[in-house]
Amino acid sequence: MADPMKIRANLAGDTTEVKVLMSHEMETGQRKDAQGKVIPAWFIQNVTATWNGKTVLSAEWGPAIAKNPFLSFRFKGGARGDKVQVNWVDNRGDKRSDEATIA
Amino acid sequence: MRQRIRAAVAVAGFACAVPLALAQGSATEEIEKYRQALQDGNPADLWEMRGEGLWRTPAGPKKATLEQCDLGKGPGVVKGAYAELPRYFADAGRVMDLETRLVWCRVTLQGLSEADAKKNPYGSSNRKSDNEALVAYVTSQSRGIPMNVRLDNPQMKEAFALGEKIFYFRGGPHDFACATCHGEDGKRIRLQDLPNLTAKAGAQKGYSTWPAYRVSQGELRTFQWRLNDCFRQQRFPELEFASPASIALTTFLAYNANGAPFDAPAIKR
Repeated sequence: MADPMKIRANLAGDTTEVKVLMSHEMETGQRKDAQGKVIPAWFIQNVTATWNGKTVLSAEWGPAIAKNPFLSFRFKGGARGDKVQVNWVDNRGDKRSDEATIA
Repeated sequence: MRQRIRAAVAVAGFACAVPLALAQGSATEEIEKYRQALQDGNPADLWEMRGEGLWRTPAGPKKATLEQCDLGKGPGVVKGAYAELPRYFADAGRVMDLETRLVWCRVTLQGLSEADAKKNPYGSSNRKSDNEALVAYVTSQSRGIPMNVRLDNPQMKEAFALGEKIFYFRGGPHDFACATCHGEDGKRIRLQDLPNLTAKAGAQKGYSTWPAYRVSQGELRTFQWRLNDCFRQQRFPELEFASPASIALTTFLAYNANGAPFDAPAIKR
C-alpha cells in the first residue's frame, strides 16, 4: 500500500487551485542496480481528479515524471467545503485515492 | 568520484579569471531560481506527514506513542522544541540533539533496544527511515521560530567547546578540517556554494535550512546525516550516529545560528 498523498485545494475567485504531492518511486526502467541488473520500470500511469464526483482532470503519465511528483492544476467552479478526490494507478496496478476539502 | 574532485580543484585554481567568476555568479542565481520553483511542492511534506503518524501511533514492545516524549519544553511539547536544541537533559544526564533525544524517547517510552532505535537512521527508497520522518515532523513545528540555543550550564559549555575544537581540527588523509571548506566566503564544491560557518550570516543560513529534501537522493536528510556526510567527504573516520562528537559539533553550529528564524524542512539540489 502506497503512502498517502498530500492534497491542498484552495478557492480563488471562481477557480479552485489544487496542489498534490504524491509519494512514488517513479522508476524509469533505465537505471541499473549495484549488480548491473536493470531496475524494472515502475511509475504512475493514470491520474484522475474529481470534484463532487465529476472528473476535472485526467492524465496519462510516463517514466519521465520525477520521483515523489508534485501536481498543480486549476478548474473552474468549486465551493468551500466541497470534496476534491485524486486517484492514481501505477503500471503494477497499485492504486491510491485521497481526498481534500476545498478551503 | 575522486577524479571529479581533482578536476574541480583544477578549475578552482583558475577561478580568479573574470569570465569564469561571472559564470559562477549566474549559475548560482539559476540554482536559486530552481530551488524557489521547487519550494511549493517540497516532497519533505510527505516525510512530515509520515513522521506525525509515527509520533501518534503506538509502537514498540510497550505499544506506546511518542506523544509524551519530552523534547526539552515538557512532555509532548513539539512546537518550538527544535529551535532550542541541543540542550542538557537532566533525566539523561547529558547534552542531546533532536535525533539522540528521539532515540532516548523510543527506548524509554516505546521499549525499543538502543540498537533498534539507532538502526537505519538514514533511509533509502526501499528502506524508509523512521528517524528521518520523525525529524521532519518535529522540525516542521519550529518553522519561523528564531533559533535559541542556550549555553546555560557547564555541560552545554563543554559540548560547545568540544564542537568548536572538532570544527577546526585538521586531520585525515587530506589534512582537512570543517573550517577548510566552511571558514571563508565564496567557497564551493563544484557548483554548490558552501556557507562560511565562521561568519554569523553563513552560520545562520547553514544551520536553519537543515533538514532538507535532497532532490538528487529523493530522500529527506537530517542534520546528523549532513555531519556524517561532511566527515565522509573529508575522509575522516565515520561519524557515528548520535555520538557525543556529533552532538558537540551540532551544539557548536546550532548556537552560532542563534537568532535566525528556523526555515526547514527545506529543499536542496
